[in-house]
Formats: sequence, C-alpha cells, structure tokens
Amino acid sequence: MKKRQKPVGSAAGERLGYQVGGGIRMLPHNFCLDVRRNKILYFLLLIVLAYFVIFNYLPMFGIIVAFEKYSPVKGVFGSKWVGMDNFISFFSGPYAGRLIRNTVVLGVFDLLVNFPTPIIFALLLNEIKNKYFKKTVQTVSYMPYFVSTVVAAGMVIGFTKAGGAISEAMKFMTGGVSENLLNQTAWFRPIYILMGTWQGMGYGSIIYLAALSDVDQELYDAAKVDGAGYWKQMWHITLPGISSMIIMMFIMRMGTVFSVGADKILLLYNASTYEVSDVINTYVYRLGMQNADFGMSTAVGLFNSVIGTILLLTSNQVLKKLSGTSMF
Amino acid sequence: MSKKKKEKPSRILFLAADVVILILITYVCLVPIWHMVMASISDPTALNVHTGMVYYPLKKVDVQAYRIIFRYKQLWSAYLNTIFYIIGSCLLTGVLTTIAGYVFSRKRFYYRNAFMMFISFTMLFNGGMIPNYLVMRGLHLTDNPLVMIIPGSLSVFNIIIMRTSMQNVPQELEEAARMDGASDLKILWDVILPLCKATFAVIMLFTVVAKWNDYFSALLYLPTRQDLYPLQMALRQILITSTSDISSSASSLIDNSSIYKKSIEYASIVVSTLPILCVYPFVQKYFVTGITMGAVKS
Repeated sequence: MKKRQKPVGSAAGERLGYQVGGGIRMLPHNFCLDVRRNKILYFLLLIVLAYFVIFNYLPMFGIIVAFEKYSPVKGVFGSKWVGMDNFISFFSGPYAGRLIRNTVVLGVFDLLVNFPTPIIFALLLNEIKNKYFKKTVQTVSYMPYFVSTVVAAGMVIGFTKAGGAISEAMKFMTGGVSENLLNQTAWFRPIYILMGTWQGMGYGSIIYLAALSDVDQELYDAAKVDGAGYWKQMWHITLPGISSMIIMMFIMRMGTVFSVGADKILLLYNASTYEVSDVINTYVYRLGMQNADFGMSTAVGLFNSVIGTILLLTSNQVLKKLSGTSMF
Repeated sequence: MSKKKKEKPSRILFLAADVVILILITYVCLVPIWHMVMASISDPTALNVHTGMVYYPLKKVDVQAYRIIFRYKQLWSAYLNTIFYIIGSCLLTGVLTTIAGYVFSRKRFYYRNAFMMFISFTMLFNGGMIPNYLVMRGLHLTDNPLVMIIPGSLSVFNIIIMRTSMQNVPQELEEAARMDGASDLKILWDVILPLCKATFAVIMLFTVVAKWNDYFSALLYLPTRQDLYPLQMALRQILITSTSDISSSASSLIDNSSIYKKSIEYASIVVSTLPILCVYPFVQKYFVTGITMGAVKS
C-alpha cells in the first residue's frame, strides 16, 4: 500500500474543507469518511470495478471447470470433481508435445523475424533525406496493417493456391509444380510468419521512427566535425539513441512469445498441416467450441495462461532491472 | 537524390541499395492490394485460368461480380452490423475509459494504487476461452448483439493512457472549477475532457480498428445467429470457409454464376477494404501519436 500522505494540501482545497491529499490531516485515514466526501468518485469507481469483476474476474472462477468432468446439464457447480485428471490425460495424450512445440516454434520464429524487421526498416528509412519519398514509403508501408486479418488470410490463401502468384514464383524458383502451399507442412510456418511481416512491418516501425527523430541532431553534426563516417555515426549515435526502445520492446514481446493467438491460425490452417500448425489456442478452440469438451479445453487453456503469466512476470522483472521501467 | 556535398562511393552505393530495397518493400505492400482490385474487374473466364499476379484487367473490364455483390444482402447487413458494433463500442469505450481515467488520475483518491493493481492483474492473467464463454452464456450475452460491444470495451491499457493524460491537466483548473461549485461530472466534462481530446481520439481510433478486425468473438459468441455477424464473419464465409450462399444469390442474376466465384471473392475484398484504405492516410498522424503515447506510458 501507499505511504501516508504528507500533511500538505493545497490552499484552495483547504479553504473548501476538502482535502486534496485525501484523508484528514494528522489522523489515520478513514475509509468511510473518504467515501462520504467523494461520493461521486466512488460511484464512478464502482462502475469500473463492476466491469472488471464481471468480465475479467468472474471467468477466473470458471477455471474450476478445468478440474471437473464438465456436464452441460449439471453446470459449473454441479459437475463431477476429477482433480488433475484433465491435465494428466492431456499431458499423457498424443497432442501435448506437438502443441507445445508448435506454439513455441511459431512464437519464437515470429519474434526472431518480425521483431527486427521493423527496426531495420526504420533505420533504412531514416537514411533517406528526401521528404516526399520517405513519406510515401511510410504511408504505403502502413497500409497492410489496415487490411483486416480475414482479408489478409484470404489473400494469402489465394496467392499460395496452385496458380497463385507465390506458388508460381516458387515453381519458377525450384522447378517443381505449382501447388497449394498451405497444404504442405514445410510451408505453413514461413507463410504464417511472412504474413505477419507483411501486415506488421510498416506499422511496427512507427515507434522506432519516432525514437529516431528524437535523437539529437547536433550529435551528428559534432560527429561529422570529428570526422566520423556514416557507419560510425550509426553505430555510436543512432543505435545507442534507440537502444533503450529496442530493449524495452524486445522484453515486452518476450513476455507474449507463448501466447500465439488462435484467430490468425484458424484462418490459415487445415487438417493436413496440424502437425506444424496446430497450437495450444487453436486446440483449445476445437476441443471446447467444436467438441464441447469444456473440462479438458479449460485445463489446456489454463496451462497456456499460467505459462503466459510466468513469462510476462519474468520479462517484467528483467525490464525493471535493465531500464527501471515496468509494465505493471 | 542529388547530393550537394561530394559523397564517398561507398555511401552512394549504400543509398542506392537503400532506395532499391525501400521501393521493393513499397511494391510488396502495394501489389497484393492492386492485384485484388484488378482481378475483381477482370473477365472471369480469363481470371480462372490466369496464374500469378494480375496487373491490369484481364481481357476486358467486367463488373458483373460487383453487381452480384451488391445484391448479396448478407454482406451488406453484416456491413451495417459492423458499423453498429463500432459505434456502440466507441460510445461505451469512450464513457467507461473516461470515467476510469478520471477516477485513477485523482490524487485525492486515496486508494487509487491498490485499485489500479486490482484491475492491472487482468492484464497478467485471464480465465481463458471456455470460462469466458461460460460467463457470456450465463449473462445471456451469447447470440446477443451486445456481446460484440460490451466485453473488451474497457481495457487496462486504455485506462493507463487516459489516466496519464488526465494527470497532466493542471490541478489548479480543477480547483478553480470546484470553487465555482462544479461537481465531479461537470469538471470531468467541461474542464478535463476537452484537454484530453487527443488521447480520447487515439483511443477511439484503436477501438474502431479492433472492432473492424474482430471476427473471433463472433465465432465464439454468435454461434447460431448469422444475421448478427459482423462484416469479417461474412467475409470469412466467402473467402475462407466457402460457406456463404452468395452463388445461389448470384444464380438469380446470371446463369453460369459459378465461373464468377473468384471474381466475387476479389470484389468482396475490394468493397470491404478499399473504404478503410482510403480513409486511413487522413488519420495516420493520430496513429503515430497513439503508438508513441502507448510506448511512453507508465
């Protein structure tokens, strides 16, 4: 909790008999009095809290379904308690290894490819001094972000079908036949990652371009006087100027590496590529929403949430250590 | 890119390579969208046998696919649904985020850090798909249009940027208004909100984009009510699952509607994407502000 407020209030507040710092001076804080003094404030707070309790905390109680053999007739509180059975059958089942592997592989590759590309793009753009060219490239590069996921996936499916532009290009390069690439296990991952690159590179560069424009221009002039070349300038001025931003963004993305979402994959995958494309979240969806196996689905989802939380907390701690800022 | 000073050859080579790469990137970003537009107005028989990119209308310009699309009611009702969901979400997000930002930015609110921690925890951990679904069902929100508006309308992230922006409003303004006898709500509406317009606009903008994109909540929470589908779900039926009945609606217009399948897909992409792409350059600067604002929060 917070330290007690120092006994200084603003003059105006005091004259009105209302305490800016909260609480009565020199007395321990009194909750009831505080509520009475700030009725509207607490009423507004109640609305906000009610929202979070209903839509965020209530589902957390639903997690008990993970420890039940859920029956729709008996409901959440009437179903049979089975303890860790759902977890045991998931981890001893045939899919656990594959799902965890696919989730980690997609998450890590997404990070490795789609984290640096916006930075490189921003650096390349930063070297351009012609304002109009720069502005045009920027505007066009943000465009794919505004193509919705469904439409982008539809476009990807079209391009990677037999006869589609990407399939044709592959046929040309490898000398094979033009075929549906999304039906092949070797192609699913690159296509998924590159779709992310296409959609996110320009948009992701915004933040680095902003950081780059904050780098003190006088440093460059001073470096030039000292005879530093362009590479030296980039290494000693540009990169240090945005390194804290890069580190912060990297750690924040590390925290979400395990939360590969279902929405994009559900649009791209099909049964023939489950071997590489099925991740925990898509499995949770199929199990819960299509097979109505609520108990097992919740258990698998809970496993995913817990790992996600641990990763987020870890990355947050690292961030705190390194930069003194934190997300929470 | 003429240079006034003399540059080293290595520098000129680098800049040339840089420009070539950037032009390539621009090409890759642009050409799929161009392809969609050109393919949608191509002759369907030529399109069906064509391989690779379409850079210009094949054979002749044919807008029959658009005629079919315009008669396909589901797409337009889905369009209207999405607009309705966007307006509803913006209203609710606007109201809730504003009051939450106000509450958590007041210094006289003694317990603000404790309550902020309480709501921040939801960023860290969530119940998961099925528990969320059970709660929605319990609240009778499944197969209910409100499910596309209410959940997700108040996010911790938005509260934080709103709070930060409201904290920057000088305390003296609030005190002066209070001396004049203004209530909390009046201060919020007349004094604080007008000074946080930019943040408000940014939050609205992100809400619009998120709602425009969202198909997954409809997939989860609108299992049997296709009439409530947002645009993205209707597009999913046309583009991904091929479960739309657009070809049967097309057969009332022309005999051999099946050859138009591809053209219809492209046309539906164009009518659903082009409006956004035309609008976004005008709001681009707000996105830039919004993203940098998000990065320097907390």
